[in-house]
Amino acid sequence: MKFDRTTSLTLILVLGTALTLAALNQFTAPGSQFHVPTYVIALAGKYLSFAVLALSVGLVWGFAGILSLGHAAFFALGGYAMGMYLMRQIGTRGVYGNPELPDFMVFLGWKHLPWFWHGFEWFGFAMLMVVLVPGLLALVFGWLAFRSRVTGVYLSIITQALTYALLLAFFRNDMGFGGNNGLTDFKDLLGFSVQADSTRSALLVITAFFVCATFLVARFLVGSRFGKVLIAVRDTESRTRFLGYRPESYKLVVWVLSAVMAGIGGALYVPQVGIINPSEFSPANSIEAVIWVAVGGRGTLTGAILGAVLVNFGKTWFTGALPELWLYALGALFIFVTLLLPKGVMGLFERRAGKPEAASVAREATP
Amino acid sequence: MSEADTLLYLDGVTVTFDGFRALNALSLYLEKGEMRAVIGPNGAGKTTMMDVITGRTRPDTGRVVFGNDTDLTKLDEPAIASLGIGRKFQKPTVFEPHTVWDNLLLALAGDRRPRFSLWARETASERRRIDEILVTTRLGDQRDRRAADLSHGQKQWLEIGMLLAQEPSLLLVDEPVAGMTDAETEQTAELLREINKTRSVVVVEHDMAFVRALDVKVTVLHEGSVLSEGTIDHVSEDPRVIEVYLGR
Repeated sequence: MKFDRTTSLTLILVLGTALTLAALNQFTAPGSQFHVPTYVIALAGKYLSFAVLALSVGLVWGFAGILSLGHAAFFALGGYAMGMYLMRQIGTRGVYGNPELPDFMVFLGWKHLPWFWHGFEWFGFAMLMVVLVPGLLALVFGWLAFRSRVTGVYLSIITQALTYALLLAFFRNDMGFGGNNGLTDFKDLLGFSVQADSTRSALLVITAFFVCATFLVARFLVGSRFGKVLIAVRDTESRTRFLGYRPESYKLVVWVLSAVMAGIGGALYVPQVGIINPSEFSPANSIEAVIWVAVGGRGTLTGAILGAVLVNFGKTWFTGALPELWLYALGALFIFVTLLLPKGVMGLFERRAGKPEAASVAREATP
Repeated sequence: MSEADTLLYLDGVTVTFDGFRALNALSLYLEKGEMRAVIGPNGAGKTTMMDVITGRTRPDTGRVVFGNDTDLTKLDEPAIASLGIGRKFQKPTVFEPHTVWDNLLLALAGDRRPRFSLWARETASERRRIDEILVTTRLGDQRDRRAADLSHGQKQWLEIGMLLAQEPSLLLVDEPVAGMTDAETEQTAELLREINKTRSVVVVEHDMAFVRALDVKVTVLHEGSVLSEGTIDHVSEDPRVIEVYLGR
């Protein structure tokens, strides 16, 4: 695969920043002026986990025209799968010291581990679930929705309903996922303490790698002939059908892939923030992810990463300085971007370079 | 006319929308290699007929037989398109963000499944096909322009080019010259005649001058069924046709 300038720059910036921050955290003395405190590492790791979610939203919204207002559901499911693994690693170090049952189950008076918790003590199994659970949910949901030709705002509304239904379900204590409190008090990840500075730094770098990997997968997809069909489906679905394409299969492929990406983002997010609870399913989260993509630039993958990092950086700053104004600021930002920057921040660069829309001009490579 | 020469056969097709009969026991034969013009006033059922043939609308009753024994009413749009029926919409419908070249590439006959298109690479024969179509449709100079930047007439030709790329045995063309200049109209008639050398064509049109220029058998639709059929001179002298259509 040959990289254009934007791609190379994206990869270098994401990996470079993560490696620099991690190195400055690990190899400088805490008193040094170059030292990066661990809370910054954790924040950067969180932003990059969100960048993976933004990429997944940007892929389906920007290139397939599917405005998902429920992508946080896939993110949270991936997060829960990771959280279950982390819970099982606590072992006897929990408050109740039960080697088998997580604290909340002991508290609820449960005697046995529910069947769906088995296997999560193995990292490999848990990681498989990180991709399988969101992927299968997306497969069933997408198959039903796309086959019935549910599109546009109706599809957006049912994605919103999907995440809301999961929110309510995960709130219930008898679901077996810790109810309102979710999963927390994590200790180890593959034997490394999740609290340790070195683990934090490593997680940041790993997250950066996953941002790059999902970015490259998405880029390969939209750069292929598949991607061209996808854009055709986005803009002129009936024409593709009369040419013999089945738009529903194209949408399903990209939808499932996107859900898997979101799940990976969630799995990266949980060990870095130390908790996963049902609020991750809240509809507002999914809508925020859409705003990140809009701010960065819909239809550009780099924009999704940029938007996620920029908006979340703003959120961190804002909720520290003027917490009560954050939601207003976010709303204003969305209106501002929609009205004045339809191509987001990436649109600014594009205009300066005077380049036409990148999605369509690239020719397929010849064998 | 023998059975073997029939390419498309509509038999007593009726379509109702909320009590309105868009097609009323419509029957129509099309021979292999034929070009047919279909005219009729607004609401006569021309576009509904196209919808039925291409699988967008399912008829209440009646059969639509393509080739020897394929019943089109059992199939959906992609399946019908893959059988070799191409459709041009009234409003030019092309993939605007893509270049002319990519529009044709996506239309080329071939595997339509995602698992193929993910790994597909442009082949020499694909490039040769696209080059041929660019010549036929006079779009050679426009190959790298985005379809959105083409003129109205060029978009119409691009869409016809996409139909050719599909290599259909039957082309359904809905009002190809609406909104075209006189010169473009003339070139379009020429283009359709060229296409008709190798494929069957059904043209739905309002423009009588254009239909006359095509010089083919004409079917006049009225209230969902055939009112008259024959040469343009024959139908334009038919008193019933004059009454419902030409006279107004």
